[in-house]
Amino acid sequence: MEAPRSVNSFLPRKALDALLSALRDGGYDCAAPVVRDGAVVYTRLQAQDRLPHGISIQQAPGRYRVGFTDSPRNFSWANGPQALKPFVFTAHETLWSARRDPDGNLCFTEPDRNVDPVAIIGVRSCDLAALALQDRHFLDGACADPHYQARRASLFLVAVNCSHPSDTCFCVSTGDGPAASDGYDLLLDELDDGFVIQAGSPEGQKILDRLPVVSTTDRQLQDINRQNRHAAECQTRRLPPGNLEPALFANLDHPHWQTVAERCLSCGNCTSVCPTCFCYRELDQGTLDSDHSEHIREWDSCFTQGHSYIHGVTIRAGTDLRYRQWLAHKLGSWHSQYGRSGCVGCGRCISWCPVGIDLTEEVATIVGAAS
Amino acid sequence: MSLALHHPVAAEIIARQQESPSIVSLTLRLEDRALADRFQFQPGQFNMLYLHGAGEIPVSISSDPSSPDPLVHTIRDVGRVSHGLAQLRPRDRVGLRGPFGRGWPVENARHRDVIVITGGLGCAPLVPVIDYVIQRRSAYGRLIIMQGVKHSDDLIWRERYAAWDAHPDTRVLLAADVGGKHWNGTVGPVTELFDQAQLRTGDSMAFLCGPEPMIRACVQRLLEEGLPADRIWISMERNMQCALGHCGHCQFGARFVCRDGPVFCYADIRHLFGRRGF
Repeated sequence: MEAPRSVNSFLPRKALDALLSALRDGGYDCAAPVVRDGAVVYTRLQAQDRLPHGISIQQAPGRYRVGFTDSPRNFSWANGPQALKPFVFTAHETLWSARRDPDGNLCFTEPDRNVDPVAIIGVRSCDLAALALQDRHFLDGACADPHYQARRASLFLVAVNCSHPSDTCFCVSTGDGPAASDGYDLLLDELDDGFVIQAGSPEGQKILDRLPVVSTTDRQLQDINRQNRHAAECQTRRLPPGNLEPALFANLDHPHWQTVAERCLSCGNCTSVCPTCFCYRELDQGTLDSDHSEHIREWDSCFTQGHSYIHGVTIRAGTDLRYRQWLAHKLGSWHSQYGRSGCVGCGRCISWCPVGIDLTEEVATIVGAAS
Repeated sequence: MSLALHHPVAAEIIARQQESPSIVSLTLRLEDRALADRFQFQPGQFNMLYLHGAGEIPVSISSDPSSPDPLVHTIRDVGRVSHGLAQLRPRDRVGLRGPFGRGWPVENARHRDVIVITGGLGCAPLVPVIDYVIQRRSAYGRLIIMQGVKHSDDLIWRERYAAWDAHPDTRVLLAADVGGKHWNGTVGPVTELFDQAQLRTGDSMAFLCGPEPMIRACVQRLLEEGLPADRIWISMERNMQCALGHCGHCQFGARFVCRDGPVFCYADIRHLFGRRGF
């Protein structure tokens, strides 16, 4: 993917701390990928923290392993189980709370939605595509979600063109990577000795103006072009092309749904790691005196028993129906809802599936596109 | 005009009617009178009712849209929250968000016969339609109301049905799968009523709400009698938690029942209606 580039700024590796400083001086908390519990997770950095380097990640169906090399690079890996979703659509939050006074009156209040601005460093193209999809779901239409909206407005996104896709990645086939085209404030291309850097927004330009950048060399530009080309060419998985909604809904009775269900544990890992899955359940948590109650939302999954429950009936009792719901929605009815597939090719659902179910293979079988 | 859609407002129960052993109607008055003045709803829309500390459930509005204050909700005691709501008494408070969803296309039915077919408490979301038609009686053709219940003792609103039946060009037909003593309606499923109804399907619009097997049987019968699929409207029920089209539970194919429904044109959903898993 070689977009026309008018970039001419290079940030030497030793000046990376200047980026963190400039972001902090600009009023942003910095969140960046670090290794925790055997996975790369985006976490808020403390003032003295630096970005880790030399991380490598191996992914395969049902497998995710972090290793370390002596590479100076900070971003020579594909992704962790989560990226932007928890920052905007949090896994657990209070929507409103209710208080009952001694006279039985009810009073409802919404939580304070002030969110400190946060700069997230190392965002991938697939993550930006997923964020754009979540924006459409939560912000477009008559009832924008105020909780999502407040967090979304607080984000400053430092993207990195993905140089090391995993074996599970297929963003080329969904058109969402490996290079970012828009949706970022700053964009980096990482080379061993530093970063080619460009701004994608006025806010990004303000930060860029404060960095000790030098002019890029022709060699550097050739290197990042070659790197981006390689990141695209090395991907082996792909989705069947085009809008799969008609084919999926024409195959609702395909026997393969049952074949997948014999392996699927209905655990919901795929929906938890999917950057576009948006389902959440609402529940109430009262205090012991029962006067105060918090109305909470937390991530839900169409693989749970409760997801389709309605007064005594579970509409999707079997795993075959739940897997079908997920896949026919993700790759099918998303087109009707939001004008494109709900899959951005990040491959997380493949890596984090405990039994290694690969949606690219399953959908190819179901729509008759098996190669 | 909607209330705050993202969190409830307080409403006081000003009357409670035990309609049957398991069905209760609550008459609600919004405490914020400025909001109450602005509140309007369309027939077929629903509110989210909140029971303190327990949770919210969607309940259709069963009162007259031309007098939206106070509001009536008729609730079947069937789950954790509805059980709690059914225990409430006048002066108790609930929370209310709404109204939500798209209602019945009553205006598009003008000058046509209106066929209302309901099963069990499926009658509740259609009471506003019946009120609407009766208040504009000359603007509509015949009004045919067909209601089925499992046991004749389950039938609520007998006086109301009798009063509707007395209006000109209005016919009420009742059926019970099991008829008890003194039952003079039809015994059998609601489809048994079709022969008596003498529908003029060439110029009718049908509105249906009730258990899905009953809806399927009635839709089949309407289609056989020549009513086109685009003049059959159905109110759907699915797991609804946010009512905003965000939480994902009520998805029916590409549609969010809470936002794109709960009332759908049968022609738009027939490809999935009745399919296992949707």
